[in-house]
Amino acid sequence: MESTVLRVNDFSAYFGNNQVLKNINLETSSNLVTALMGPSGCGKTTLIRCVNRMHELIPGTRVTGNMYLKDLDVYAMEPIVLRRKIGMVFQKPNPFPMMSIYDNVIAGYKLNGIRLKKEEFQNIVERSLRGAALWDEVKDSLHRKGTFLSGGQQQRLCIARALSMNPEILLLDEPTSALDPKSTSAIEELIVELKKTVTMLLVTHNIAQAARVSDFTAFIYLGELVEFGPTEKMFTVPKDKRTEEYLTGKFG
Amino acid sequence: MMKDHTTARMIKDKAFRVIVFFLACFAMLPLLLILYYITRNGIAVINWEFLTQLPRPVGEAGGGVFNAVIGTGMLIILSSILSIPFGITAGIYLSERSEGKIANIVRLCVVVLQGTPSIVIGIVAYIWVVAPFQGFSAISGGVALSIMMLPVIIKSTEETLKLMPYHLKEASLALGVPYYKTILKVILPTGLSGILTGILLSVARITGETAPLLFTAFGNQFMNWNLFKPIDSLPYRIFYYAMSPYPEWHTFAWGASFILVVVVLGFNLIARGVAIKWKVQF
Amino acid sequence: MLEEKMVALRRELIEYATHVEGMIDKSITGLMRKDSFVLTEVIEKDEPKANEAEITIEELCTTMIAQYEPKAKDLRTILMVMKMNNDLERVGDHAVNIAECSLFLIERPFLKPLLDIPRMAEEAVGMLKDAIEAFIKEDALLAAMVCERDNIVDNLGQQILRELITFMSADTTTIERSMRLLNIARNLERIGDLSTNISEDVIFMVEGRVIKHHRDQEEG
Repeated sequence: MESTVLRVNDFSAYFGNNQVLKNINLETSSNLVTALMGPSGCGKTTLIRCVNRMHELIPGTRVTGNMYLKDLDVYAMEPIVLRRKIGMVFQKPNPFPMMSIYDNVIAGYKLNGIRLKKEEFQNIVERSLRGAALWDEVKDSLHRKGTFLSGGQQQRLCIARALSMNPEILLLDEPTSALDPKSTSAIEELIVELKKTVTMLLVTHNIAQAARVSDFTAFIYLGELVEFGPTEKMFTVPKDKRTEEYLTGKFG
Repeated sequence: MMKDHTTARMIKDKAFRVIVFFLACFAMLPLLLILYYITRNGIAVINWEFLTQLPRPVGEAGGGVFNAVIGTGMLIILSSILSIPFGITAGIYLSERSEGKIANIVRLCVVVLQGTPSIVIGIVAYIWVVAPFQGFSAISGGVALSIMMLPVIIKSTEETLKLMPYHLKEASLALGVPYYKTILKVILPTGLSGILTGILLSVARITGETAPLLFTAFGNQFMNWNLFKPIDSLPYRIFYYAMSPYPEWHTFAWGASFILVVVVLGFNLIARGVAIKWKVQF
Repeated sequence: MLEEKMVALRRELIEYATHVEGMIDKSITGLMRKDSFVLTEVIEKDEPKANEAEITIEELCTTMIAQYEPKAKDLRTILMVMKMNNDLERVGDHAVNIAECSLFLIERPFLKPLLDIPRMAEEAVGMLKDAIEAFIKEDALLAAMVCERDNIVDNLGQQILRELITFMSADTTTIERSMRLLNIARNLERIGDLSTNISEDVIFMVEGRVIKHHRDQEEG
């Protein structure tokens, strides 16, 4: 049963006087992975950060247009409330170093002062770690700090942390760029598995990854949305010449 | 021909290393000499009576420095209570604002404060606290010492927090945690080792300060638990005994010096231990 | 991700092959039993379904290559599946041809009781079935044996040709029926050839060895 989770309408973004996103229109459907791909500096990272308004941390940014998360107007909400509905995983795995694995998973609740019963927390921790395919590896060391985990495991911990809040959409900003090939494919398989429970928006500079993992792909170039469509079609019969050139390695 | 050049270079290299080694040892010499003399002269005086008794009046033999030890302890606590909150918040402010008029002024003040002679700070504390309340007190001593602790705490807090990687903040903010909570609940705890090190180092420093206490805490023969009255301290006691004409008191000065050195060394070593053991690697 | 798709692809191909085998069986049965209904079904219902399956498999292979950049055995499998897909489509065309010729023949008296045709059909269909079996089991030996049997089908075809020439020389009214019978034989012969092709593709898929055009004999 598909429905639109994120709708982006005529969306533009500016850094000072520089327009970095030009009139973007796209939709992501539930329980699917939508990939944003394009050469460095094309604006894909800016776009994904505009979804949970993390771009506002940089002074001098300005946006026009609309984004809707289900029925909610993203830019009419309190950023803090918005961000609690959206999960984000970053390029460099960033578990909180002073917290145990257990506390890391429920950090979203603890740091926000949301109180639940101990059993509820325990359930959330197990559910999230299972969802991130990490439970079996850490279930006996939940109260140790996460620093002994490998890069790939740390990234899965960050995914578990995001999943624990039951987000409407999970944003993945180049989640495997800092990982070795083995961890990368483990995360890719996890993403495909996670489709069953969560909708995802993925930024990647790795064309092959977008091809392997996503259902829909958006090709962004110089701030413009050049093409958007089902991944199968885009990689076999791209409609725009620029997409074709990008896919065949003529630039980027 | 090549071989000669190589040999000459190797000799120069060796010579350089030997010279550097010796100069380094030479630089350690003053510290080692100080420790040696103080230990040699002071350790004989240390016994249970010395540590737990109050000073005897002139003429009477025996006695101890119990009030000085307690006094130093109380001064440390007082000055910490006053300096830590202001120091850490100022450090947080500076680490968040890399530019800006106010930030630059604050940084300038920190630098100036760090270079201000301790006796001047003592006089300032006299004017602020001793004169208005018409009396020397432990509190005024605490104020003076806290002013001296501030620059070190502010600097080390700022430096520690600046080292915190941006992605740590991002992780917290992306979870919908407000900015101030991110600083308090995530950034500060992660930087605790560095901040704690700064505090311990500043404590180590002020433990041995004498000049400011001359105008503020003033010293006290007797045991004093009242913060509004003069209080004794190890540096003051050392000064008092060392300047006196009595040989027995001179030995007491050595003994008190020994205690002081042990305490200061102790704080420094603990600070180092905290820095190494609790440091969060990124 | 790729593994699941590979499993689905193999299943699609096997279903397609089974469907086409059925088409041949039905055509021959329709001829033997003079059942025009079954023959029409092959032409009007089974063929469009076969064409659709061919397109589906081709698209599946294309997107798999585009999306997953398969390597080694996966790559060989997908490429060979595409070739087998093609060959199966032609087998289907031959089955339709047989059905069309049969529709003509069943309206008229048989020249003689049909023995060789069904025997040839049995052999050709057997080759196809074994080739597909070799694909399912990834059995290169079984595939190699299929290639050997092409002779049998060819010989039967020659036999039928000689017999029909005799008929046609004796009686010119038998020419139309003889030509149709000859056509059926040719179609069955082609089915045998295509089954050999499929077997060669299976061997390449399993072992990476090219045996067509007697390539390995040259290298050996």
